Amino acid sequence: MAPEMVEPEASPHLHLDIDRTGQAAVPDDTGDPVFEVEDLNVYYGDFRAVQGATFTVYEHEITAMIGPSGCGKTTVLRCFNRMNDLIPTARVEGRLNFRNVPLYDPRVDPVEVRRRIGMVFQKPNPFPKSIYDNVAFGPRVTGMAKKKGDLDDIVERSLHRAALWDEVHDRMKDSALGLSGGQQQRLCIARAIAVDPDVLLMDEPCSALDPIATTRIEDLMQEIKDDYTIVIVTHNMQQAARISDRTAFFTAQLDSTTDQRSGLLVEYDRTETIFSNPSDERTENYVTGRFG
Amino acid sequence: MSDSRVDLAEGFSVESLTANPRQARKERLIRDSLGATALVSVLISGLIIWSLFSEAWTFMVEVDWGAVWDIGWFPRRGIYDIKTLIVASLIVTGIAMIVAGPLGLGAAIYLSEYARPGVRRTLKPILEILAGIPSVVLGFFALEWIAPNVVKTLFGGPAAGSLLAAGIGVGVLVIPLVASISEDAMKAVPMSLREASSGLGARKITTTVRVVLPAAVSGLMAAFIVAVSRALGETMVVFMAGGAAQTAVYTHDPLDGSLTMTAGMTSLARGTDSVVGEGLTFQSLFFVGLVLFIVTFALNLVADRFVHRVREQY
Repeated sequence: MAPEMVEPEASPHLHLDIDRTGQAAVPDDTGDPVFEVEDLNVYYGDFRAVQGATFTVYEHEITAMIGPSGCGKTTVLRCFNRMNDLIPTARVEGRLNFRNVPLYDPRVDPVEVRRRIGMVFQKPNPFPKSIYDNVAFGPRVTGMAKKKGDLDDIVERSLHRAALWDEVHDRMKDSALGLSGGQQQRLCIARAIAVDPDVLLMDEPCSALDPIATTRIEDLMQEIKDDYTIVIVTHNMQQAARISDRTAFFTAQLDSTTDQRSGLLVEYDRTETIFSNPSDERTENYVTGRFG
Repeated sequence: MSDSRVDLAEGFSVESLTANPRQARKERLIRDSLGATALVSVLISGLIIWSLFSEAWTFMVEVDWGAVWDIGWFPRRGIYDIKTLIVASLIVTGIAMIVAGPLGLGAAIYLSEYARPGVRRTLKPILEILAGIPSVVLGFFALEWIAPNVVKTLFGGPAAGSLLAAGIGVGVLVIPLVASISEDAMKAVPMSLREASSGLGARKITTTVRVVLPAAVSGLMAAFIVAVSRALGETMVVFMAGGAAQTAVYTHDPLDGSLTMTAGMTSLARGTDSVVGEGLTFQSLFFVGLVLFIVTFALNLVADRFVHRVREQY
């Protein structure tokens, strides 16, 4: 597969906008809370994957969740759109509010949740359909587009938003699987954006991509965060430092009640605090590379 | 071999790396005997096809072709109306697929997408046991239960055998086949595609219909082809419940009795006089066999084309 080219005309202004230190990206006034997590416990059968996490995700921010493997960060992310419901043994305890609505209230339909909270997965997973049909999938199943023309508009707008339009506009009917890995992941972002969600959840969206494709996705996230709230799980600490406004550091710790390792939220703060002046020693060890 | 260390001082040469001749001979022997078994299977298939063609050729050269397009199948009287058998076969196969298609696919969708793991672990083996029921048992069931209870009561047909009774019987026979192969095909669709679909707010049935089934289409088509081939080739059920024993007048009414290609061949090959009668009666058996072979082969070709056209690769 040919390496993806960075097209100079497509993105120079993006680079100027982004403050790589993350200083200027943090707004002085905090937005409305989107997710309020309080004493969240997640179980897979008898195994407790996450023990008592408490933190708040704010509107129009990029919130990163970092930590070593098995620390429960992906599990927490998959609670936000009730994706864990797809695993028959998964069980969630504690409070998890989405814009003041308890997400695990019995009256809540997970399908309605997922229409408002989109997700981008670790491995690009386009449908084995055309590029157009991939982006149009969400609007079609949710009945968003009433006319054919509306659907065309949504598809084009979403692809523009995901910075993919210029590369694919003349081959919309081609299979999405013919795209490079980075293009596929941007297609998945376009597909998620197409249903106009409130929040985008990203589960290590760049871990299968090369550095150039990674940069494009990161630029894209900065671009769209004015419209969406983004929660990202990443293994890559530099990525968290570069793009996020707040960072949650998780670790895997022996759970005294079950004698198994389970995920624990160690520290949650503004990203620059986590990386420059963390209050917990475990966070400092992790971000300075002494552990994990 | 004994000392694996390369001792440069002790004359390291090509001989040090040459294989043990006994080992090499053994390796060759194994390769040749495995090759022979493959060759024998191919040879046997070739011989079968050759004998099929040569006897059928005799029939086609010597027969009066007016007798091949006539009022029915009376081989011992020299009337070999092949369309009687072909139409009966197609009717039985069609009815069988109407029965087995929806039921088999529905069962596959339930098992693959809806059933909890425990339910699936119980149901799948039961389904596969069903596939092992001898067809003679199903033939009896079709004749003694389906004919009086389904064909007569529901469709007003005869309580004895008919094409409809045989078709339903064959349908029941191939349900497990359709269900099992379809389920395997759907299970092979990556979980990540289902997650992508659910993540976009698709309901389970939407995910199944719009993502899983299209992605599994080549496997579903394979299930369909195997089932049709099985239904076309099924002999015992259609012979027992088809409603005709030795001869058949042409019909395209499923409520009538008739002979399918396989049933026609069976009735010819048995009987007190073995296969004698008019001069070409024996050869007509091979002719019907050849037609069956061509129909099945053509079906496979068409289905293969279709799969290449609509397949979604993942």
